[in-house]
Amino acid sequence: MATTMITTLDRSSRAAARGLSDISIRNLFIIPTVLFLIVFNIFPLIYSLGYSFTDFRASTNAPANFVGLQNYRDLLNDPYVWSNFAITAKYVIISVAGQLLVGFGVAMLLNRDIPLKGLLTTLLLLPMMLSMAVVGLFWKLLYDPSFGIINYALGLGTFEWLADPKMALYAVALTDIWMWSPFVMLLSLAGLSAVPKHLYEAAAIDRAGPFYTFFRITLPLVAPILMIAVIFRTMEAFKTFDLAYILTSQPTTELISIRLYKMAFQEWQTGRSCALAYIVLIMVLAITNIYVKYLNKVKER
Amino acid sequence: MAAVRTSTEIGFNRAAVVAVLVVTIIFLAPIYWIASTAFKPRNLATTIPPTIVFQPEISPFVKLFTKRSQLRTPPTPEEYAAAPWWERVVFDGGEKIVRDGKGEVQWSGYPNRFMNSLIIAITSTVLAVGMGTFTAYGFSRFKVKGEADLLFFILSTRMLPPVVVAIPMFLMYRAVGLNDSHIGLIILYTAFNLSFSVWLMKGFMDEIPKEYEEAALVDGYTRMEAFFKIVLPEAATGIAATAVFCFITAWNEYAFALIMTNRRAQTAPPFIPSQVGSGLPDWTVIAAGTFLFLLPVAIFTFLLRNHLLRGMSFGAIRK
Repeated sequence: MATTMITTLDRSSRAAARGLSDISIRNLFIIPTVLFLIVFNIFPLIYSLGYSFTDFRASTNAPANFVGLQNYRDLLNDPYVWSNFAITAKYVIISVAGQLLVGFGVAMLLNRDIPLKGLLTTLLLLPMMLSMAVVGLFWKLLYDPSFGIINYALGLGTFEWLADPKMALYAVALTDIWMWSPFVMLLSLAGLSAVPKHLYEAAAIDRAGPFYTFFRITLPLVAPILMIAVIFRTMEAFKTFDLAYILTSQPTTELISIRLYKMAFQEWQTGRSCALAYIVLIMVLAITNIYVKYLNKVKER
Repeated sequence: MAAVRTSTEIGFNRAAVVAVLVVTIIFLAPIYWIASTAFKPRNLATTIPPTIVFQPEISPFVKLFTKRSQLRTPPTPEEYAAAPWWERVVFDGGEKIVRDGKGEVQWSGYPNRFMNSLIIAITSTVLAVGMGTFTAYGFSRFKVKGEADLLFFILSTRMLPPVVVAIPMFLMYRAVGLNDSHIGLIILYTAFNLSFSVWLMKGFMDEIPKEYEEAALVDGYTRMEAFFKIVLPEAATGIAATAVFCFITAWNEYAFALIMTNRRAQTAPPFIPSQVGSGLPDWTVIAAGTFLFLLPVAIFTFLLRNHLLRGMSFGAIRK
């Protein structure tokens, strides 16, 4: 193998003889990525932090005026924005709880010897891989009051899913549950298959009932992985934009991302939208922090 | 274990199998409905009761790719006979294909948007996986000061809500003329996927025994040679899986594309919904467009099936 070495460098210098030193390779491999992310993710955020203290409107040529914390004060005193946060919270709770129930439930069903288990699992995972925007659009047809297959299958007549302001948020959450329960299922299956078999055997010898086994063995052991699924889905549901934006335009489904989008790109209140973006950003970073801590905890096990 | 299988247990297992089948059918129904609507004649797409058995047609795909207008008067028998099969299919639906002065068929916006999606998703995937692989190796093999913080920083850039990042990016792109350009979206998707690719690839790199390279280094390879000749081939499966995940993310992305593009560089996700205007949309055409758009992802999901868990958990959970 040594003959394949192609180097004509001075042999007296070990680093030169062996090509680049490890430290320069490390820097060469890591620094470009970090720089790229700083330039295209962090720099824009610094830029918008600056604008968040101004009354800038990107639709006009008027120069930006410094207004201090005015935008933040206005936003935090705006009941409209608070209602957007409340809608978002409600949406997150419904959709994550639904995904947890359905996803974990299906995983419990699947966690046994079933013919074609691999194929069924892959098929069940399909919805989460598809484009939210494009598939979400098609749910409009499924929800259609007069010729949608959902009303037909459930015998609901001409039930209004998306046009009824009270129902619309639930309809969006239902589609989200359909798309993302597979994610909870996938993680739950991993958790369930990691529960040592001998615990169940011991429980069977002790004549423990199914409830006891579930609450004392299964659930505690799967809990950390379920927690990861919940935190991750909470974060994603909090950011939801595509699905709600495409399915309805009801004020009752105006999630915080949609409010932000409208403020920035329809009302062109650029300065104020930058301030709102920062409020949202801090919330997301807080959840991300919890998520990463949990990930590392599970990884260590 | 086999000895204690009671009849209740067996019955319970059977019930579970039936329940799994029912759930699978419910979960796949929307996808089946997209696929079947894509092959329906228009008048069967929105019937009550829903049409399940029908003669499949190719006309939705012909309509998807061409510009059409309403027929004021039906075509004469000669016109109809002279038309190629794909034009007749459109005639049958009461429409005609729009042609320019030279008689060339006018394409719809779809093929162009599909191509944009392909160009942007593939280029950004190559960039993100390329850079991510190097960086993951760096983190995996060398001591990096503040490694945990740096990795958190890298991951957090992915967690930012797209609309939050899009506001300043929109202003900056406008200033340098990158709005509605392929390069603009490629940069955004690369940045978005880079963090994912670093996290996932780091997991794959950690699994390659250090001894492989050390042996090569002893044999006189330089670190670079060892990386390219020993580590990269070992990491091939991981690289492929990461690439497919990055491709799917870029392919599916909607918010950035909606905000940053409107025509020239528009991708399929913002385009497909924009076809549903006022009035009665032709759902067969939308289904055809959706079907073609979802097909690559469905195929990739099957190829990736053993890596889904890993990919969806950023490499944290492996089987």
